[in-house]
Amino acid sequence: MYLKSAYEIRDKYLRKDMLPTIFCPGCGIGSALQYTLRAIDDLGLNPDEIVWVSGIGCSSRVPGFVNFDGLHTTHGRALAFATGIKLANPDLKIIAFMGDGDAAAIGGNHFIHAIRRNLDVTVILINNFTYGMTGGQVAPTALKGLRGTTAPYGQFENPFDIADLAVSAGANYVARWSVFNYLQGINSIKKALNKEGFTLVEFLSPCPISFGRRNRMKTAPELLRWYQKITVPLAKAKKMPPEELEGKIVIGEFADRDRPGLVREYEAYKRRAKKMMGWEE
Amino acid sequence: MRYPFPVGRSDFIQGDEAIARAAILAGCRFYAGYPITPASEIFEAMAIYMPLVDGVSIQMEDELASMAAIIGASWTGTKAMTATSGPGFSLMQENLGYAIMTETPVVVVDVQRGGPSTGQPTLAAQGDIMQAIWGTHGDHSLIVLSPSTVQEAFDFTIRAFNLAEKYRTPVVLLTDAEIAHMRERVYIPQPGEVEIIDRKLPASEEEAKFPFGDIHGDGVPPMPIFGKGYRTYVTGLTHDERGRPKTVDAEVHEKLIRRIIEKLEHNREDIISYDAFELDDAEVAIISTGIVSRSAVRAVKILRERGVKAGLLKLNTIWPFDFDMIEELAERVRKIYVPEMNLGQLYHLVKEGANGKAEVELIAKIGGEVHTPMEIVERVVG
Repeated sequence: MYLKSAYEIRDKYLRKDMLPTIFCPGCGIGSALQYTLRAIDDLGLNPDEIVWVSGIGCSSRVPGFVNFDGLHTTHGRALAFATGIKLANPDLKIIAFMGDGDAAAIGGNHFIHAIRRNLDVTVILINNFTYGMTGGQVAPTALKGLRGTTAPYGQFENPFDIADLAVSAGANYVARWSVFNYLQGINSIKKALNKEGFTLVEFLSPCPISFGRRNRMKTAPELLRWYQKITVPLAKAKKMPPEELEGKIVIGEFADRDRPGLVREYEAYKRRAKKMMGWEE
Repeated sequence: MRYPFPVGRSDFIQGDEAIARAAILAGCRFYAGYPITPASEIFEAMAIYMPLVDGVSIQMEDELASMAAIIGASWTGTKAMTATSGPGFSLMQENLGYAIMTETPVVVVDVQRGGPSTGQPTLAAQGDIMQAIWGTHGDHSLIVLSPSTVQEAFDFTIRAFNLAEKYRTPVVLLTDAEIAHMRERVYIPQPGEVEIIDRKLPASEEEAKFPFGDIHGDGVPPMPIFGKGYRTYVTGLTHDERGRPKTVDAEVHEKLIRRIIEKLEHNREDIISYDAFELDDAEVAIISTGIVSRSAVRAVKILRERGVKAGLLKLNTIWPFDFDMIEELAERVRKIYVPEMNLGQLYHLVKEGANGKAEVELIAKIGGEVHTPMEIVERVVG
């Protein structure tokens, strides 16, 4: 793959007056954002037809930095807002940029129902195991034993596997990478953007300041090494016994199917309604 | 355009049904909701009509999502509505605040029932007056309308959409279980018979750059809807005229919030609506809103027959509230009675308006029944 320079991508898609971003040194959100913009660029999509939607948190500030129509909403509700936008104007392509707490905790209900409906949206999910913006509280994705300001002695609850959850709920496309898997990441986003229905690309993303610092990984490189240690490619994981997979995170493509999306289903529903009422055109 | 219900003639329908039909005539093409008694019939009617008029009706996972979805739909330029009752309205308050902050035109119907909490699902109440006005946090303003008949439920729904579009604001239609489930004769107009107002769109690229400014000097910025190439960023954070977050700038916050409140305050005369009965020579005034007004009209007639110079002020708009008008009235009358189906919510507003110029007495009734005319009469004659 030929990669354009990051400057070129920046100049083409970012709002100059909003820079610099609010992101801390070592944060992975910028990388995930760059991959998303590269995917849009590679596919030659028209920015006027894309709306970025987000909830609350660091990752949710992304729509402010990109020069597209954007809706920065309330905590966890991005997909509910997206449902209104997409159904009211199906010509718009929607990218929801979300965090782990945003999607899986406060927004958990919207998340599973948007997937159940197969809402036509591409979710870019930043999973850093923590609530970064509010200062490092534990997220529902935090592996057991990880520390946060609200679990100072190590998380005692079981984590959600977001990708697994999305596959079970019926998403058309689900992939998970760490932000260091940049080629896979860009390719997955391209696939996701080209697909009808609900598509999700989850990124394990470093948060050295709020998360790493409390878990003996103060820098991005330390988190990188940790991700290399805990992530297992899907093909390899399939051959591993469950006890060896304990505490590991599987990365790869988990679902790639073509169920009809919500927009198509609703169009068919409208036709059925008209037929049942004798309103055929 | 073909309508899925008769237009240009009267029909005998429930309040909830009237609200759904009015919304469609007003141009509503997006409905998102979550079932709740006594508002569910609005949703059920929308579920039948919307696909036929190429609109959307969708059952969301909860009320938070319903409110979010109509705001999203509105940003594509679509007129959108949701309906709920007290407990669901509580859940909508978060995103109602977002709609106020982002100046998104939407209509929210709250069919009140007894509360707090799940309370009396099938019985009428007027306990959400304060929730409608002050339910969301922070300094804010919005429009609250209150019908007292099924015909008014119809007419005020159209007005709710028009006011929402005109002032880029959420409008709450505050009705109750009694009106929702009562059947009355309602005139459904032909589409051309009613005035329909659409939101102001940017006239140029330049105008679109200030989606939260005041370029026309009327406090209501044109709304650059999504998908038109304007690249608008909308946030619930304190933002400047261009929509850029400015969360620690006191001046920006003050300018934004004051404009959002003042765009309604400066147009009070257009927004505030009331009906007066026998008030010109009244010595005793009754002030009421919604379903109770119907008992109050009868009470005034009985009181007049008994030689008491009574009059009624029926408030059709509950917010913005006309405190000055209440004070003027208080200067003319000896006493003001406020019958309402709660333990004193409208009463607080009226008392503040009366400003000590007349005695204000609450006639409270809770439990699900509307005041009978005699209950009001007996309190007035002592």
